[in-house]
Amino acid sequence: MGDVNRSLVLEGSEQGYATTRLDALLGWARKYSLFSYPFITACCGMEFMALTSPRFDVSRFGAEVPRFSPRQSDLLWVVGTVSQRQGPVLKRIYEQMMAPKWVFAFGTCAASGGFYDNYTTVPGIDKIIPVDVYIPGCPPRPEAVLDGLMLLQDKIQRNERRPSVVKPRFDPAESVHDMVRLRRSAADPRALLPAMREHTKRNVGGSAS
Amino acid sequence: MSQIVLDKLRERFGTAILETHTNYGDDTAVVDRGVWKAVATFLREDPALDFDMPVDLCGVDYPNRMPRMEVVLHLYSVSKGQRVRIKTRVGDDDMDGAELDSLVGVWPGLNWLEREVFDMSGVRFRGHPDLRRILMYPEFEGHPLQRTYPAQKTQPLVEYRTEDEAGVPLNKLEPFGADEGMPFGRKGLPRDGTSPAVPGRRRSLTEDN
Ligand code: SF4
Repeated sequence: MGDVNRSLVLEGSEQGYATTRLDALLGWARKYSLFSYPFITACCGMEFMALTSPRFDVSRFGAEVPRFSPRQSDLLWVVGTVSQRQGPVLKRIYEQMMAPKWVFAFGTCAASGGFYDNYTTVPGIDKIIPVDVYIPGCPPRPEAVLDGLMLLQDKIQRNERRPSVVKPRFDPAESVHDMVRLRRSAADPRALLPAMREHTKRNVGGSAS
Repeated sequence: MSQIVLDKLRERFGTAILETHTNYGDDTAVVDRGVWKAVATFLREDPALDFDMPVDLCGVDYPNRMPRMEVVLHLYSVSKGQRVRIKTRVGDDDMDGAELDSLVGVWPGLNWLEREVFDMSGVRFRGHPDLRRILMYPEFEGHPLQRTYPAQKTQPLVEYRTEDEAGVPLNKLEPFGADEGMPFGRKGLPRDGTSPAVPGRRRSLTEDN
């Protein structure tokens, strides 16, 4: 039952009823039945497809049903670059959604305009509509998006509307760079193997074989 | 075949061919803007040349030159397997007189490309059936690929939300720096990678040892 007050529920159930706060119950119901409206405009869409594929399986979080009308959905995924020309469209779609509604800025472009710092692009969709969760990355990995989804569920449960940002865990490119540098610095690279295994274990998690 | 195209052009048009050069089999001819359409028709219709495919048309701005705007046309002959690049120059400092004959009558495929050159560079094509903007919106003022267009000037279609309205800061949040994803940076921004550290960033392997 998630964050619904467990002791109250248990206590109540012995006598045949449960008590909780209405907003907590509503939050709990809402966070597991997010109907999505994908607003997909660019390369990040590929990663959105990966997210909905069996491997990452967004349905585990109750957010797998795409609605192709904004009027039926409560979670707007803005995935990709939003050009100035699309700005009015995005605003219109947001206005058509019924409250309560939440917005994801998926990818660096949607969150800040990314490297399109010029005449073409809206420098972050928050200039036009409110955003609940920003997911950085170009494109973000599906794991980062799942992090964002859990963050949103948590916010829905707490009825918290301040925007938040998914924090990157570590940069794989930097890690590889370190490894290469270390390997080049050693006379006999084999001597470094234990240290590298340890490094992988610490940063990537799980067992390195 | 390489030189044959340029030789034929020189033979036919004489001094109206201002320059020619050939690098690694890449033939280029700079022609006077007065013969722009005549050259195109010749290349299309001469049976020995038979340039039946217009590959690309674009504008390149050289603000210190006179005339400043270069219009570049790439052609390919499917039957002869030959390519040629034709350039011409138009427009003074204020882009006055930046006009060319439209080639839509020669290659109908140039319709949208001429609209793009008009939209981006501001060259007008005489006799074009429908010379409107194609990438930018009708409300847009100016031509963004002219060097005189300020690099960071945007023309939003929807008014941006103010920070008061949003209740949160709308400048780029961490980890979205002002130069996110821009290795070359912009004037006034640090170019040496001194952006603020990413929160929760892992420690480097070489620092640990
Ligand atoms: S953040 Fe990167 S991957 Fe996503 S839309 Fe922008 S450029 Fe494409």
